[in-house]
Amino acid sequence: MDFLKKLFGGGSEQSGKKAKNRLQLVLMHDRTDISPQLLDNLRADIIGVLTKYMEIDMSKIEIGIDHIDIDNDKQVALVANVPVKSIRRGTVDVDKI
Amino acid sequence: MAARVIVTTSGKGGVGKTTSTANIAAALARFGKKVVAVDADVGLRNLDVIMGLENRVVYNFIDVIEKTCKLNQALVKDKRVPGLYLLPAAQTRTKDAVNPEQMVALCEELKPEFDFVLLDCPAGIEGGFKNAAAGAEEALVVTTPEIPSVRDADRIIGMLESMGKSPIRLIINRLRPNMVQDGDMLAKDDILDVLSIDLIGVVPEDESVIRATNNGEPMTMSLDSPAAHAYLNIAERILGHDVPLMDLESYASRSFISKIKRFFMGKRKNRS
Repeated sequence: MDFLKKLFGGGSEQSGKKAKNRLQLVLMHDRTDISPQLLDNLRADIIGVLTKYMEIDMSKIEIGIDHIDIDNDKQVALVANVPVKSIRRGTVDVDKI
Repeated sequence: MAARVIVTTSGKGGVGKTTSTANIAAALARFGKKVVAVDADVGLRNLDVIMGLENRVVYNFIDVIEKTCKLNQALVKDKRVPGLYLLPAAQTRTKDAVNPEQMVALCEELKPEFDFVLLDCPAGIEGGFKNAAAGAEEALVVTTPEIPSVRDADRIIGMLESMGKSPIRLIINRLRPNMVQDGDMLAKDDILDVLSIDLIGVVPEDESVIRATNNGEPMTMSLDSPAAHAYLNIAERILGHDVPLMDLESYASRSFISKIKRFFMGKRKNRS
């Protein structure tokens, strides 16, 4: 049977499907078109806002663009992973900021 | 007469822009239209060779722009098909020798003389592409069923849209129906799903393309191959005729091995 598989090329996953999935991801990325500069600015702003409310671990922040499945539909997502050390309780008066 | 000006482009090189331009131009001429194929690939000209007119090139379109010669002197008339002309590119110049305004002016000069002006665009997204696209109102985007080519087509489509070209239509070139049937190649619908533009034709992979290039005779002149028929259909659709897509599957199932293959593969799948 292995011989037949080899002969007929059916041994592995259908490469056409794999190509379509890879293509969709690549295009999504291309079309999002977010520059590293924009991402850096965004990161700085997000950190600025967050630190008003909580103490965060600056060294472990991860912010990036990712692709997620929502109802079987691939979408672009901003994924931020921010480890919180502690919440600043009652120390910040939002109106004064 | 006021010609429709159509640019053939792709982003990626080697997907069949020049072959497509030559065959569509010859096909349109067969339908009785007066057509000029303009080689906009300055410095790397090849449309003359694909059309088999390389020995008859004297002047090129840069000579016309620089007024070294008259337009009529630079046009090469194809003696095999009435109404078919080539306007060659300069081989010893670079793409900086022209700017978009000059290309627009050249197209305006060609428009009253022809029914169709087909611009064969160089690969890439830089100056050469911008020059070629500047003069056109419509665009044909050529892609093969492979990730790099479709990705580049997506970039080009975005740029053509922002330049206001319309309609922008897709040619899927070098499709292998039996590989699609076996799930080993992006299918027509896969490509249309991700690019979301209108399809104007699917050209199957065909050895006659290589023979035609060797002979310097566009396939649509003799019409004895699947690819030739595909290009003829594309030309008809450009003319606004409603032509159904070719049944590429029947070409695929002609292959004996692919029949056996499906027999075995089908059985295997049912069992598992």
